[in-house]
Amino acid sequence: MSIDRRRFLTVTAASITGSVLAACDKNPQKAQSLLRLAERANERVEDGLFRHSAMNRVSADAPVAGSSFPKYFISPRVPVWDAAANGAWRLEVSGAVRRPLSLSLDELMKLPRVTQKVDHFCVEGWNARATWSGVRVSDLARAAQITPDAQFVDFAGFDKDYHESWDMKSAMHPQTLVAYGMDGYLLTPAHGAPARVHSPVKLGYKNTKYLTRVVFMPVRNGGFWSDQGYEWYAGT
Amino acid sequence: MANLVKRNHWIIRLTHWVNVVAVTLMAGSGMRIFNAHPAFARPGETFALNPWEGTPIPAWLTFGQWLGGARHWHFAAMWLLVANGLLYLGFLFFHGEWRDIVPRRGDARDTIEMIKFYLFVRRDHPHQGKHNALQKSAYFAMAVLGVVIVLSGLAIWKPVALWFVTALFVNYKWARFVHFVAMALLLLLALVHVFMVFAVDPYSLRAIVTGWYDRARSPEARNARPFYHLFGPARSGSSSEVPPS
Repeated sequence: MSIDRRRFLTVTAASITGSVLAACDKNPQKAQSLLRLAERANERVEDGLFRHSAMNRVSADAPVAGSSFPKYFISPRVPVWDAAANGAWRLEVSGAVRRPLSLSLDELMKLPRVTQKVDHFCVEGWNARATWSGVRVSDLARAAQITPDAQFVDFAGFDKDYHESWDMKSAMHPQTLVAYGMDGYLLTPAHGAPARVHSPVKLGYKNTKYLTRVVFMPVRNGGFWSDQGYEWYAGT
Repeated sequence: MANLVKRNHWIIRLTHWVNVVAVTLMAGSGMRIFNAHPAFARPGETFALNPWEGTPIPAWLTFGQWLGGARHWHFAAMWLLVANGLLYLGFLFFHGEWRDIVPRRGDARDTIEMIKFYLFVRRDHPHQGKHNALQKSAYFAMAVLGVVIVLSGLAIWKPVALWFVTALFVNYKWARFVHFVAMALLLLLALVHVFMVFAVDPYSLRAIVTGWYDRARSPEARNARPFYHLFGPARSGSSSEVPPS
C-alpha cells in the first residue's frame, strides 16, 4: 500500500513535470486553426470595444523619446524618396472614393493640421512618446468623398512593398493621422519621410511609414507583418 | 481507520485542473512575448526596479516559439483563464466557500502558530479547518493575484480603448510591470503549493482528483511538517496530545 502510494506520487509528479516540459518552447501546429478562430473572434470583441471617444492621453509635461525613438524599415538601407527617378513625391488617395486625390507635400500640409503628443505602442512591448503633426485620415476620407464600399483602408509606401490594411473604424479615429511632422520638425528619413501613418490606436507595425498610397477598399488586404502571422487587427 | 469526507466539489476540481492548463499556457506565452523586449524602460529611459533589465527569460520556460505565435496563444488562452476564473470565483461566492480562503480576524495569530510548528518551536499541529492559516493566505493571495493579472492584462491589451483600466495602474509601462510581477508571484506561490502538496499532504491529491479526503491522514492527524510523518499512519486520539517524539 505504502509502495503503491509512493509510486503513485512519483508517477503523478513525473507525468505533470514531463507534460509541462514537453510543451516548452513549442508552438503546436495542430492548434493553429483553433488559434485563427480565436483571432477572428477577438477581432469582433476588439471592434466592439472600439470607441472614437476613447483617446490616448499623454500628459503635457511627459517627455518625448526624441532621438531615442526607435526606427525601422524593411529595406536594406533607409528608404529615401528618389525624386530624380520618380518625380516629386505625392500622396495618392484612391479606391472607393468619388474624388481621388493626388497631393504634393505642400498641398497635404495645407489641409487642417492636427498636432498631438501620443504613445506609440510596439508589438514588442515598449511604448514611446512623440509629438506628431499631420492630417487626420478621416479628413482625407472626407475630402476624397469615400463611398459606402470603403470598408477597409490599405496604407502602402515605398519601403519595398510595405503596406498594412486597416478596418475603417480605426482609420477614422480622430488620432489616426497621416503625419509629416515629429516633435516640431518635418519627418526625417529614419521615421518615414516625407509622410507616414501614425496612430496610438494600432500597434506600431500597422503604422505604414514612407507612405505613398491610401486606398479605400471593400475588402481587407492583409499587410506586411499581418501576412507573416502577426495579428491583422492589432488594435490597442 | 479511514475517515472519508467529500472535500472538493466537482466545480473546484474541474476549475483547479483547467487553471493548471490555462496558467501554464498564459505564463509560457507571456514570457515569450516579454522576451521580444525583456525590459520595462521606455526607449531612452531607465527603469530602476528591475535588476535584470534587458535579460530574457530562458527559452525553455516559454511557449509559442516566436512573438506572433505566442501572442496568438496568449489572446486565445486568456478566454479559458477568465471563463475558468469566473466559474471558480462565482462558485466560491454562491456556495459560501469563500469562507475557506478569505482572511479573517485571528488568521495572523494562526499563521504565526503554523510557522512556529514548521520551525519546531511548537510541538503539535495547530487545529485547523479545511486549510491551515498559511494555506489560506496563499490561496487568497493567488486569487487576488489572478484578478490583478487579468486587470493589468486588459490594461496593456487595450491601453487606448480601455484607457480607464490602464489608468488604474498609472500608465501602460507600469501596467506591464505589474502584469509581469503578479505573474512571477503567482508562479512562485504555485511552485510552493505543489512542493507542499508532496512534502506535507500528498493525500490531498486524491481530494483534488476524486474529491475524497481521508481526514484520518490529514497533516493535523499525522502531525506532519514538510517531510515529517509524510506517510505515517494516523495518530490515535486528538491532535492536542503530545506526539511520540
